[in-house]
This record gives sequence, structure tokens and C-alpha cells, in this order.
Amino acid sequence: MRKISYAISVAASSLFIAFTAQAADRTVIQNKGSDTLVNVAQAWAEAYGGVDANVAVAVSGGGSGTGIAAMINGTVDIANASRQMKNKELKLAKSKGQDPIEHVVGYDALAVFIHQDNPADTLDYDQLKSVFGRGGKATKWSDLGLKVPGCKGDEIVVVSRQNNSGTYAYFKKEVLGKKGKYRQGTLDMHGSKDVVDLVEKTPCAIGYSGLAYATDHIKMACIMKDGGDCVTPSVETASDRSYPIARPLFMYTNGEPQGAIKTYLDWVKSDEGQCILLEKGYAPVRGVSCN
Amino acid sequence: MSEIQHLQPSMSADFDSRNLDWYIDRIVQSLVFIAGISAIIFIIGIFVFITMEGFGFLLEDFTFREFFLSPFWEPSDEDAPEYGILALVAGTASVTGLAMVVAIPFSLGAAIFIGEFATGKLRESLKVLVELLAAIPSVVWGFIGLSIMNPLIIDLFDVPVGLNVLNAGIILGLMAAPIMTSIAEDALKAVPDRYREAAEALGATRWQVIFKTVLPAAKNGLLGAVLLGVGRGFGETMAVLMATGHAVNIPSSLFDPVRALTATIAAELGETAVGSPHYQALFTIGIFLFIITFLINLSADLIVRGIRKG
Repeated sequence: MRKISYAISVAASSLFIAFTAQAADRTVIQNKGSDTLVNVAQAWAEAYGGVDANVAVAVSGGGSGTGIAAMINGTVDIANASRQMKNKELKLAKSKGQDPIEHVVGYDALAVFIHQDNPADTLDYDQLKSVFGRGGKATKWSDLGLKVPGCKGDEIVVVSRQNNSGTYAYFKKEVLGKKGKYRQGTLDMHGSKDVVDLVEKTPCAIGYSGLAYATDHIKMACIMKDGGDCVTPSVETASDRSYPIARPLFMYTNGEPQGAIKTYLDWVKSDEGQCILLEKGYAPVRGVSCN
Repeated sequence: MSEIQHLQPSMSADFDSRNLDWYIDRIVQSLVFIAGISAIIFIIGIFVFITMEGFGFLLEDFTFREFFLSPFWEPSDEDAPEYGILALVAGTASVTGLAMVVAIPFSLGAAIFIGEFATGKLRESLKVLVELLAAIPSVVWGFIGLSIMNPLIIDLFDVPVGLNVLNAGIILGLMAAPIMTSIAEDALKAVPDRYREAAEALGATRWQVIFKTVLPAAKNGLLGAVLLGVGRGFGETMAVLMATGHAVNIPSSLFDPVRALTATIAAELGETAVGSPHYQALFTIGIFLFIITFLINLSADLIVRGIRKG
């Protein structure tokens, strides 16, 4: 529901911006793509109106795939994506005479959520693999050496996402490896919020989702990679890249950005732009001080 | 149709005046004809559409062995996508099977009561209520599964999650029961009263009349009712999407979460790129579902027709 009303408001406002832009003979930047990024992109576009009144940014959502498809077809100036362009897509774009250049505009940390009563504090990649991965040995909490109060059957209830979600794809690639696959029988939820809701209520459960969806009634595991220190997911650890399961959020331009597009992207990466991103619950590309 | 064509020449010969009424008559005739055959047009149109959309997959990535015999469904993987629907078929079949176990006693009992015992106002109001039950939207049933059955199953059976075969099977059984009741009751009503009278004249008790005379005579109609219920179970989407737990899994107990074929299409189609192998694979599932439900409904229809004629 929220997605739909978003799409409508975004469409309406971009239409409005496009109209006023034409009337005042302004430069219009077409910006399309990822639903993860859409509310940040919208906030950026609005705020940018106060920075440069001669440039209007028309934002629409539709998903990373939609944005990338539009970049390949050359119908947008900036494509938003919560995943990197695939090799196939890059080749296709090149064959159509486009030259997509990648810009990282922020980070989104994926937290591993467990029930409040779960005694686990740290989890390392091997443990995550044995819980989430196909052929993994851990099907009971006792396999990890844990006793979870309230979880009588001792079985691990693995909560995942539907297979076309960007979150699903990123977690798979980062934690299970390039060739890794999820185990059979995971509960595939249709949204990040559903994952958090289920894990909150289920002592036996473990799941993953964007940090922005965390609540006070859920526990986030401290993650260890390759025997290093464990890192708790937070906006800070995501932006200094110490938290391993943090995915970059991208904006793609056709060729090196120039003119109004370059000015806009520079502003997005500036303190002012990054503070707007932080406000929306995502991690800035570097440390910024916001008031 | 044949009657209309037969009448026309004589009509125009008799009056031989093509006034406004004549034209209106022709227009209405053709409109009614189009409406009459529209079901056929739509069915063929839908079949052609889903086949065209799924065709690319059938030609390229489809292998019979993987599609029907592999339990791994991971079509969005970039390097090695997997298109096995065995686990999804097992999910749909287990939920539908349990639904029939729930629905058959309910609907048969209700049909016998409404058809053989209830009279007057009670009978009429029961029939209206059964039809009302059939009209409840499936998303409401799904909601009941999610918010009432789920915590109930967790409490009663001490399992971590209550979204599973049991939950979806009960929900689907309750959904299918009203339609099955209506058709089963029709089948019982189609048994001529002289059968009952003859049995009673021989000194049979009421139970003996029903069990030994009416039920065997209505056998085909009752089987048709069950098959229509199975067809309903295979095609139902929203309620099973919400109540099964949506996990690709071959169930080994009633408390395992599963995922249905229909729910997979519903959950994934919206976010796949049009024309991609994943998109086409979902349409191939659609073709499969279409054929299965078509066969089930066709055989149900043939069985029901069989008794009416005989």
C-alpha cells in the first residue's frame, strides 16, 4: 500500500515538476529506479529545488531493474539501483551506445535479526552459511551450541525474502558466496517489515533485513567475518565499511556526468545531500556531521 | 443458433420490410451470439497468451527432467538459475489433499442434511447461508489463516510457526466446502423420489435409505463435487499465499511450511523483468496449472453430466 501511494505521489510530483520546468525553461534531470532509494531520491530532488532553481529533478521508482532498463534504453539521465549492473546488462548497454558509469551514493546495512530472548551475541560467516546455505549443517540451535528459551523444538526457523528482492540477492552473494544458494524450506517473506515482524514474535527464528527496519523488540547479531572482531550493524559501521553485510546504493549516469547532472551528483555526495540520506535511515558514503 | 437461422428467411419473406425494428433485431441477435460464445473466445485467448509468454522458456531453458523432478526453485540466480517445480507441486498437492480431507465430511454431511432432512424455512435459509459462505473473498480467508489460525496452531501444537500445511489445508477446506455442498446437494436432489419411496416401502430406516439407496444413486454427482473442490484447491492463490508460510519445501509433516504453484506466480511475477527466463518460467507454471485445472474441471463436468443423462 505504501509503495503504491509512493508511486502515485512520485509520479504526480514528477509530472508537476516536469510541467513547471517546461514553463520556466529549466533543465530537467530524469531520475528513475530502485524502490529502496526512491524516498531518498525524492527528498534529494525536493531539497535541490532550493539549491538551484533552474534545475528540476524528476524522480520515479519501479525497482532497480526498471531504472537499469531505462539506462540501457537511454531514456533516463540518472538510474537508481540497490544492486550493481550485471555483466549482461552492461554489455547490452554498450551495444546500444550507452556507457553507464557507477556512483556510490550511500550504503544500506543488512542486519541479521534474532529474537530478543536468543542468547546469541555474535555470529560469524561460517555459522550464517550453515544456517542459511544449502547443505548447511545447522538445523537446530543446539548445532550452534545455543539454547534458546521459548524455542521448545530447538529447530532454527530460517526467514528469508522472495527471490527477486535486491536484499535476497545481496545477502546471498555476500554471505553464501558467489556460487552459494539458500537452503530449502526458508520462509520467504514479501517485505523487510514482514521479516522483522515474524522474527520479533518467533523465538526460534533468524532472518535478515535492512537496518532501517530494526525495532526495539528485536536483537541484531554482531557479525564476524574471517576471524576478525565482531561488528554491530549501525549507520556508522556501514559508512566506514567495517560492517561486512552493507550494500552500496548506486546511481548510474551515461558517461562521465557533465553540466547540471554533475553539479547535482556532487551535491548528492556533499554533506547536505548525505545528511538527507542519513535522515532516511541509510548510511552516508563517509562520515558527515549533520545538525 | 440453428433455430434462429432457420426462422430468418421465412420472416423476411413474409414481411419483406427492413425497418428499424428489423435492424435492431439483427444487431441484438449478433450481440447475444457474441456474448454466448465469449467464454470460448476468452478461454482460447488466455491459453494462447500464456503459451506465447512461456514459449521462450519451453524452447530454451526448459528440460522436462529439471522442471518436474527437481525440488530446487531458484530462478533469479545470476549464474546457475534452477527451475524445479517438484517442491511447489508437492506444496499444492499436500494442501489440496488435506483440504479435501477437511471438506468432504463437512460438505457431504451438510448436503445430506439440507437435501434429505431439513424442510421449509430451515432448508431455504441454510441454502442461502451456504451460498453466502462461498462468496467470502479469499483474501479474508487468508487473513483468518494468518491472524487467527496461526497463533492457535502455535499454542495447540507447540510449533514455532503456525503457517504450514495444516493451516492452509483447513482454510482451503473451509473455502471449498460451500461449493462442494451445493453441487453434492444438487446430486442428491437429482435422485428420483421413487427410489426413496421404494426403499421405505421395503421397510428401510431413514439411514438405510440414504446410505444404501440415495448415496449410491448420486455417486457420480458426488464425485464431481469432490473434483470441483480439488480444482478450486489447485487454483486458489491468495489464501494459500498467506497461510502456507511460503517456503519451497517438500513437506514431511503437517507442520512444515510449503509453497503453492499459484502463490509462486503471484509473489514473483510483479517484480521480474518482462521477457526474462524467470518471467517465462512463471508463465510455464501458468500453462501447467491451466492444463491441470482444465482436466479436473472437464472430468468433473463429464461425470456430473453422465448421471444426468443416465
